[in-house]
Amino acid sequence: MAEPILQVSNLVKHFPITRGILFQSQVGSVKAVDGVSFELNKGETLGIVGESGCGKSTLAKLIMQLERPTSGSVTFKGQQIFGQSGGELRRTRRNIQMVMQDPYTSLNPRMTVGDIIGEPYEIHPEVAPKGDRQRRVQELLELVGLNPEHINRYPHQFSGGQRQRIGIARALALRPEVIVCDEPVSALDVSIQAQVINLLGRLQKEMGLSYVFIAHDLSVVRHISDRVGVMYLGKMVEIGTEQEIYERPTHPYTQALLSAVPVADPTARANREIIRLEGDVPSPANPPSGCRFRTRCWKAQDICATEEPALIDRSADAHPSACHFAELRHVVA
Amino acid sequence: MSNHLLEVDNLHIEFRTRDGVAKVINGVSYHLDPGETLAVLGESGSGKSVTAQAIMGILDMPPGVITNGEIRYEGRNLLTMPEEERRRLRGKEIAMIFQDALSALNPVYSVGFQISETLRRNEGVAKDVAMKRAVELMDLVKIPAAKDRLKNYPHEFSGGMRQRVMIAMSLAQNPKVLIADEPTTALDVTVQAQIMDLLAELRRELDMGLILITHDLGVVADVADRIAVMYAGRIVEHADVHSIYAKPAHPYTQGLLDSIPRLDSKGHELSTIKGLPPNLLRPPSGCAFHPRCPMAQQVCQEKVPPSLNLGGGRTSACLFAEEILHG
Ligand SMILES: Nc1ncnc2c1ncn2[C@@H]1O[C@H](COP(=O)(O)OP(=O)(O)OP(=O)(O)O)[C@@H](O)[C@H]1O
Ligand SMILES: Nc1ncnc2c1ncn2[C@@H]1O[C@H](COP(=O)(O)OP(=O)(O)OP(=O)(O)O)[C@@H](O)[C@H]1O
Ligand code: SF4
Ligand code: SF4
Ligand SMILES: [Mg+2]
Ligand SMILES: [Mg+2]
Repeated sequence: MAEPILQVSNLVKHFPITRGILFQSQVGSVKAVDGVSFELNKGETLGIVGESGCGKSTLAKLIMQLERPTSGSVTFKGQQIFGQSGGELRRTRRNIQMVMQDPYTSLNPRMTVGDIIGEPYEIHPEVAPKGDRQRRVQELLELVGLNPEHINRYPHQFSGGQRQRIGIARALALRPEVIVCDEPVSALDVSIQAQVINLLGRLQKEMGLSYVFIAHDLSVVRHISDRVGVMYLGKMVEIGTEQEIYERPTHPYTQALLSAVPVADPTARANREIIRLEGDVPSPANPPSGCRFRTRCWKAQDICATEEPALIDRSADAHPSACHFAELRHVVA
Repeated sequence: MSNHLLEVDNLHIEFRTRDGVAKVINGVSYHLDPGETLAVLGESGSGKSVTAQAIMGILDMPPGVITNGEIRYEGRNLLTMPEEERRRLRGKEIAMIFQDALSALNPVYSVGFQISETLRRNEGVAKDVAMKRAVELMDLVKIPAAKDRLKNYPHEFSGGMRQRVMIAMSLAQNPKVLIADEPTTALDVTVQAQIMDLLAELRRELDMGLILITHDLGVVADVADRIAVMYAGRIVEHADVHSIYAKPAHPYTQGLLDSIPRLDSKGHELSTIKGLPPNLLRPPSGCAFHPRCPMAQQVCQEKVPPSLNLGGGRTSACLFAEEILHG
């Protein structure tokens, strides 16, 4: 098999918790991402799901080099990206782009759409010479389904879905190979959400893009992803193909998560069996020992408190699951 | 005249702003009976919250103006009733919870204090009695170790717990109607399931009518008895939940149902509703949905579709509703 375009190995990000104003001392750390590994292949979409605070955005920022990792590595086409500088770093930055969640705040309100989409060319002038930029920006507008004549408008003159298209056009400006999408459709109405999802799918086919697609909507993730990783409290607890995760989940957390999604079919109401989790997600500053899910897991045994389950293939099904007692359970009707 | 518990009848609201007059609610009618759940569904800006604010009497006036219509509670028009009387109904008979529980709670007071103050203010009970009730209410909404958590501040609770506190406060006076405006939109699915369970259980136990405002077609399918679909300040379709999901009778509802990805299958390209939501300062002529409607005809630009009665409590505001349903 070909080399993955992106390889994330044992990635860790701990945010220090400090006390004191003049003399700060570290009293602990938030273990936002705590040993996450995965591969992204060329042209595929890896979905990342998990509840609020499990570390999805931190993971995205690490890949984008917007945060420095505590430890671990990310390679792009075999090259370690952390610690790069000069031309190497610029090349990596050009090739990995990001689309953010909030179409209302992620665009500078004082810049025209043309300036916003063309801004990456200021940083990477080698991609498009000055005289060529206007034409390129207009092409990008057209590519994402916006009117090229609107190049001089400001973000507030666009709707949420249109602003998200502007964000996508900007991410495409440098012709990247990988795009990290952090909740790109969460703020949009369903009718508009569908337009943006279709656009992302079309662009992927046309341009051979690879996506890391972060979202908390499990239906959206299934729709768009080839493979899916499930995170809980800074850890990847299960990862597999879309079919493996949705039809043959073996980790109790994945099963609970899937079972809780309301299905848009009132006839399913009676047969739907929701696995009800007790309590709240523990604090990432002080995660439970052993398996981090054990405080809410109905299957927890003594070993779950003492031994951390590895993310490995389990006999229940041939895909990685971080549970000592992984077993198949069908939860999606 | 019918005698529903709550009845919104031909409500019209506009906002008079510097940019012009936005006709935001254009003849909304819906009703609620005891013990049932009505879901109000529609995209952002369709008027779901404004209608609820009008029911609660917390509409921003000005710039909002109610230009027509009635809101009847137990047969009496809330809009013409003396303000003092109306205030008495608010909270006691009709209560509301909001999407963002953190901003609805006061950060500088403990949760126990806030619940008990609501009780003292509205029922004039003594401090110790109010505190005891507060614990009972927190138990009712299943906040673990309620007694120990009275002194906690809102930021010490998780999002789901804060929403429980909000529900506890709204239930403090045993209302007969609870309006929940996107109560779980900010929450994770597992927590959402807990809150929806809780609301369903309380509704049953207290025989409350519940108006659930949401844009989540999954949640609606899961909990609603009836659905009112809003578009551009009108109810474009109304039906019981099974009928609407089996066969929508309005192109907008159809478009919504077709555009959601499904959990239980991978699916192919999603169908979309083309175009953008209407600008309410300059709403389209005729049927407000016509610029986006795949079935639109010339007549749709000229004639405002009346709400057509399709039998069995179903209505659709489409000129071709019969054809869609039976064709
Ligand atoms: N700069 C920071 N300093 C300290 N803690 C942080 C920082 N950024 C994130 N965290 C913490 O790290 C954890 C993971 O946060 P992150 O934003 O990655 O979660 P997420 O999965 O994206 O959640 P959501 O679904 O709510 O967006 C959280 O507990 C968060 O509070
Ligand atoms: N105080 C106000 N002043 C002016 N316009 C307002 C005001 N409140 C609401 N509106 C307008 O009324 C319309 C309906 O708003 P409403 O809040 O009812 O929408 P909604 O259906 O609840 O949408 P969402 O799903 O985004 O909550 C919108 O166009 C909104 O901009
Ligand atoms: S390892 Fe134990 S606690 Fe963790 S998910 Fe499996 S059974 Fe539950
Ligand atoms: S009245 Fe015409 S435009 Fe409006 S929903 Fe029906 S077919 Fe479409
Ligand atoms: Mg995030
Ligand atoms: Mg609203």
